[in-house]
Amino acid sequence: MMVARSITQDDIARAKARMPRAFGPTLRGRMLRGCGLALFLVWFFTLCWWFEITPARLERGLSGLFVILRQMFPPSPGAQWEDILHGLAQSVAMAFLGTFVAAVIAMPLGFLGARNVVVNALAHFSLRRVFDGFRGMDQLIWALAFVRAVGLGPLAGVLAIMAAEICVLAKLFAEAIENADPRQPEAVMAAGGSRLLAIRFGLLPQVLPVLLAQTLYAFESNTRSAAILGVVGAGGIGLQIAERIKVRYWDEVSFIIILILVTVAVIDQISARVRKRLITP
Amino acid sequence: MSAASEFERNFRARRRARLTASATGGALLLVGLLVSAWVSEAYPASLAAGMPRVGEYFSKLLPDLRLGVLFADTKTAGSLSYWMYRADSWLWLLFETSQIAALATLGGAGLAFLLCFPAAENLAPNRAVYLVCRRFLELFRSVPDIVYALILVWTFGVGPLAGILAIGLHTVGALGKLFAEVVENADMGPWEGVQSTGGNWMQCVRYAIVPQVLPNFLSYVLIRFEINVRGATVIGFVGAGGIGQELYQVISFSYYQEISAIVVLIVLSVSTIDLVSEKLRSLAIGRVV
Repeated sequence: MMVARSITQDDIARAKARMPRAFGPTLRGRMLRGCGLALFLVWFFTLCWWFEITPARLERGLSGLFVILRQMFPPSPGAQWEDILHGLAQSVAMAFLGTFVAAVIAMPLGFLGARNVVVNALAHFSLRRVFDGFRGMDQLIWALAFVRAVGLGPLAGVLAIMAAEICVLAKLFAEAIENADPRQPEAVMAAGGSRLLAIRFGLLPQVLPVLLAQTLYAFESNTRSAAILGVVGAGGIGLQIAERIKVRYWDEVSFIIILILVTVAVIDQISARVRKRLITP
Repeated sequence: MSAASEFERNFRARRRARLTASATGGALLLVGLLVSAWVSEAYPASLAAGMPRVGEYFSKLLPDLRLGVLFADTKTAGSLSYWMYRADSWLWLLFETSQIAALATLGGAGLAFLLCFPAAENLAPNRAVYLVCRRFLELFRSVPDIVYALILVWTFGVGPLAGILAIGLHTVGALGKLFAEVVENADMGPWEGVQSTGGNWMQCVRYAIVPQVLPNFLSYVLIRFEINVRGATVIGFVGAGGIGQELYQVISFSYYQEISAIVVLIVLSVSTIDLVSEKLRSLAIGRVV
C-alpha cells in the first residue's frame, strides 16, 4: 500500500539541484538578460536623443495629426476630380506597361540565371548577384533618375517600374526554372533534341504558368508602387496626392487614398481570377 | 465511325478551341498594352526622343575610374577615393538610415505584437474584436509609407522622426497580419492546458502561444527590417531623414559621379544587411524554443 506523503523542503531542494532550469532562469541567465535590457535601453535613448524625439515634440505632432485627421472627413473629390481619375488611370497603365516589358526582358535573363540552363557556375552565380544588387535600389530612386533623364511624366514612371522589376522578376524566374522537373528536358534530349529544343519543349511548358503567375503578382505590387511614383514627378496619382498635401486639401487627400485602396483591391481581384484561369487550363 | 476518325475530330475541335482562346487572350493583351501606352504617354515619338537621353544619362553616371590610379588619394581624378570622396558622411547617413529602419521596425513590431492576438480568429474573445482588429491592421497596411511620410512631415517637421513614424505605421499593418496568421496556425493544446489550470486570457497567451510563435515572429521582423531599410533609403525624398535627402539633392543637381557613388553604397549596405539578417533568420527558425 502506498503511503501518501506531502512534499518536503528536501524534495524541492533535490529537484532544484537536478533541474535548475525548471525553476526559472539561472543567475547567469538573469544577468545576461539584464545586460541585454540595459544595452537596449542605452541604444534606444541614444537614438531618441540623436533624432530629437522628445515627448513634447511627439505631443505637438500628434495634436497636429488629429487636426488633419478631422479635416480628412468627410472625404471629397474636390473640383478637379477629373485630374484625379486621370492620374489613377495613368498609375494603372504605368504598372501594366512597366510590368509587361519587365517580364519580357526578364524571361531570357531568368533562363540565363538558372543553374539547370547555364551550367557554368561562375556565370549564373555572378548574374544572380547582379540581380540581387539591383534589387537593393528602391523603385523611387529609379523614378527620380528617369525623371531627370526623360523629363516629368508617366513615361519616367513606366521606365522606373520596368527597371526595378526586371531584376526582381529575373531572380524569381530563375528560381522557378531551377525548381522545374529535370526529367522532361532529359527526355527531349534523349529523343535527339538540342539543348535549345529541350528548353523550349521540356522546360518552358512546365514553368510558363508559374512565370505568368509571378508576373501577375508583380503587376499587383506595381499598381501599389505606381500610386506613389508621382511623388517624385513620375506621373500617376502620386502627383495628385502630393500636390493636395502641399496645399493642405486634406479631404481630397483622404478621397484619393480611399480611391487608391479600392483600385488596388479591384486589381487584386481581377489578377487573382486571371491567375486561376491561366494556372488551371 | 471508327475510333481513329473520332479521335481526329475531337483533337481538331480542342485545338480550334485553344487557338480561339489564345487569340482572344492575345488580342485583349494587345489592346491593354496599347491603351496603357497611350494613357502613360509612351508614344513612339517620346520613346524615340527619350531612349537616347536615358542612355546618355546612365552613361554619365558611370564612375570615371582609371586603372593606373585606382588606389590613389582623394585628389587624383580617376581613383576610387576621388569617386567616394565624401564616403564618410554618406556612410554616416546610411547608418542613420538603418537606425531609422530599426527603430521603425521595433515600434511597428511592438504594436503589431499587441494587436495580433485579438486579430487571430482562434484567440479573439469575440467576433467583433477580431473584425475590428483585422480592419485596423488592413487600414495601416494599405497606405504606403511614403504617403504617411508626406503627411507626417507636415505635423512632426522635417527629419527622421516623421520617417520613423511613417515606416512604423506601415509596419504595424504588414507585420500584424503576418503575426495573426502565425498565431492562427499555433497548436491549441497548450492553450487548453493553461486554461485548465485556471489561467486567464493574458496568461494563456503568454505561456501557451508566445513560446510557440516567437521564432516565426522574429524571422518576420527580420524580413520586415530588410524591407524597411530599403524603404528608409527613399523616405528622405520627402524630407523624412536618412540618405534619401542627400540622394535627392545630388540627383536634382545632377552631380553624376556622386549619384553613382551613393547608389553603390546603398546597394552594398542593403545587401550586407540582407546577408546578416538572413543568417540571423535561419538561427531564429533553427532554434525552435
